[in-house]
Amino acid sequence: MSTSEILFWFLSVLALFSAVMVLVSKNPVHSVLWLIVVFFSISGHYLLLNAQFLAIVNIIVYAGAIMVLFLFVIMLMNLNRESEPQKNVWMKLFGVISGGLLLTIFVSAFRSSADIFDKTAQLNDGDVGLIKNLGKVLFDQYAFPFEISSVLFLSAMVGAVVIGKKE
Amino acid sequence: MGAGSLIALMIAAIAFSGIAILISKIVLKSTTNKQKGEPYECGLPTKGPSWIQFNVGYYLFALIFLIFDVELIFLYPWAVVVKGIGWIALVEIMIFLFILFMGFLYAHKKGALKWQ
Repeated sequence: MSTSEILFWFLSVLALFSAVMVLVSKNPVHSVLWLIVVFFSISGHYLLLNAQFLAIVNIIVYAGAIMVLFLFVIMLMNLNRESEPQKNVWMKLFGVISGGLLLTIFVSAFRSSADIFDKTAQLNDGDVGLIKNLGKVLFDQYAFPFEISSVLFLSAMVGAVVIGKKE
Repeated sequence: MGAGSLIALMIAAIAFSGIAILISKIVLKSTTNKQKGEPYECGLPTKGPSWIQFNVGYYLFALIFLIFDVELIFLYPWAVVVKGIGWIALVEIMIFLFILFMGFLYAHKKGALKWQ
């Protein structure tokens, strides 16, 4: 086994193990901490694919900023032992249904995409994720979707201000 | 200096910290008392339960921070390719920054950036 393969298997096992730990942790804060481990191992995968910019962005945005939002949501929900709202059977039922639907989508997507089998990722020499190629594609070919994304940010910000300032 | 040295470094780092923890487990006699769980010179002891509902204002600040975080990340690939593409890229980023600046002005006017 080459070094890349060892790293790949190590990171995959780490990512899957932490993802399972996110689900089975009783304390929601522990779940968030395990999710950070998941994001870091996925960043390691990006590095293996020679996508350094994506790896750094994944750490900055997901492990940095999105995690803060997750923690604030947990702190806003007031998860006291006494007033824990997770006892509802209907809530669990809807959770199982939505999770099952997501699993069905994943399975059907992988079944229909037969061309990804027997293909290996471009390790170490792929150049899709490098910042220069990304910038070229983003500002040349996909300039209009890029501008649309700013409208998305604007709507997110306005929505947050409207909801947060309602008192 | 191949990738094998990276693996060796990672294994050495894990082994270093692991052996240190192991030695302290073996050598020290573990005792627990009330003083051990207290914050030592780390601020005041907490009063009441820590699972309380936090102010929604923190969330607002974090969300606005996240949006400008992503905006700055878009600036990095732009800065690399702006010389190659030319003034079109400059116009694109100006429109992008203008739209987000409108959002900033809205948040500022609404008083979302003031703590109360």
